[in-house]
Amino acid sequence: MTGPVTFRVPPTVPGSRVLAFGDYQPARVVTNDDLAEMVDTNDEWIRSRVGIRERRIAAPEETIVDMAVQAGGKALATSGLTPDDIDLVIVATCSAETPMPNHAASVAYRLGLNAPGAYDLNSACSGFCYALSAADSAVRTGAARNVLVIGAEKMSQWLDWSDRSTCIIFADGAGAAVVAASDAPGVGPVVWGSAGDQSDRIMIKGRESFILQDGQAVFRWATTAIAPVALEACERAGVAPRDLAAIVPHQANLRIIDAIARKIKAPDAVVARDIVTAGNTSGASIPMALARMIERGEVPSGAPALLVGFGAGLAYAAQVIQIP
Amino acid sequence: MAVATEQEILDGLAEIIDEIVGIDKSEVTPEKNFIDDLDIDSLSMVEIAVAAQDKFGVEIPDDELRNLKTVKDVINFVQNLQK
Repeated sequence: MTGPVTFRVPPTVPGSRVLAFGDYQPARVVTNDDLAEMVDTNDEWIRSRVGIRERRIAAPEETIVDMAVQAGGKALATSGLTPDDIDLVIVATCSAETPMPNHAASVAYRLGLNAPGAYDLNSACSGFCYALSAADSAVRTGAARNVLVIGAEKMSQWLDWSDRSTCIIFADGAGAAVVAASDAPGVGPVVWGSAGDQSDRIMIKGRESFILQDGQAVFRWATTAIAPVALEACERAGVAPRDLAAIVPHQANLRIIDAIARKIKAPDAVVARDIVTAGNTSGASIPMALARMIERGEVPSGAPALLVGFGAGLAYAAQVIQIP
Repeated sequence: MAVATEQEILDGLAEIIDEIVGIDKSEVTPEKNFIDDLDIDSLSMVEIAVAAQDKFGVEIPDDELRNLKTVKDVINFVQNLQK
């Protein structure tokens, strides 16, 4: 007969940090003028309401896995780790072509990783911040040593290209981060939450449907509810907003980004405005934007960056990280 | 909250509009139409409504916002709800 036993658990790790970011954008550029030929819109209207100048749209045969592999491979190469070092892959996506298999396992295989744990996570536009938090937890509890976190989206396959309220906004791409154990925590506590009473504000109803969005209601929510979440993430991490080197909100709409940044009051922070040339790539937008800011040398290594994701759910999450 | 006078609401609104869309306070007068005279679009109106909510303690939902065409409309709306 057996009785209660005490399980052995791995020793906890003090913290995790991001070693490197990577990004990928599909080749095809779609300008506002291109869209004006398809729907009743124009360059001036799109720029002033949404802030997008151009976006990238994946080729018909290009998949979420393809894009995730590109961004993930770039982050892995920059991190200095080898494929064998990665023991967990998390892909955040809300635009999957099919419910299974998951994307993470295929991405791991294509990158030549050694049979890591692999799962997808769906929290739409806030997905990357949720996935980063999951990676941080996995490292700190000893469940994984090094995690590849990817946000990858092919929003274009869920767009009604005759709906001018959505087809001008969403786009495709992928961004990735390599998260590893660290004696000094480089990923701050996550602040997250949801407002499921507004679940119908941004949705895809079914497989024959498209992305539907109540733009004005989402705008009101995002410009009021999200800055307090971001400020709480700073507070929880013990970082004063004035010390932030970067603010990287989900690239939903330039006007939302500006409204959030204005309320955070971080005079020295570079505010991500990747939406101008990338569009709204949902769960991919935050790592894409930060990867590109780092690549352009806009933000100093080691300084704190505030990440804040928000969108369908409605769901949101924010954390402060140390820029690799 | 004490009921604000028409002038107080106008001044408060002008401050909000200056901060959000950068229109000089002197431009904001009661007869001005937000869209036609001040060139303020629907998204800015949402931001202004939210800021007005903080300032005057009066909620302006999206449904009501559509009917507020002029500065005077907003002043009346705020005054009616504050009473």
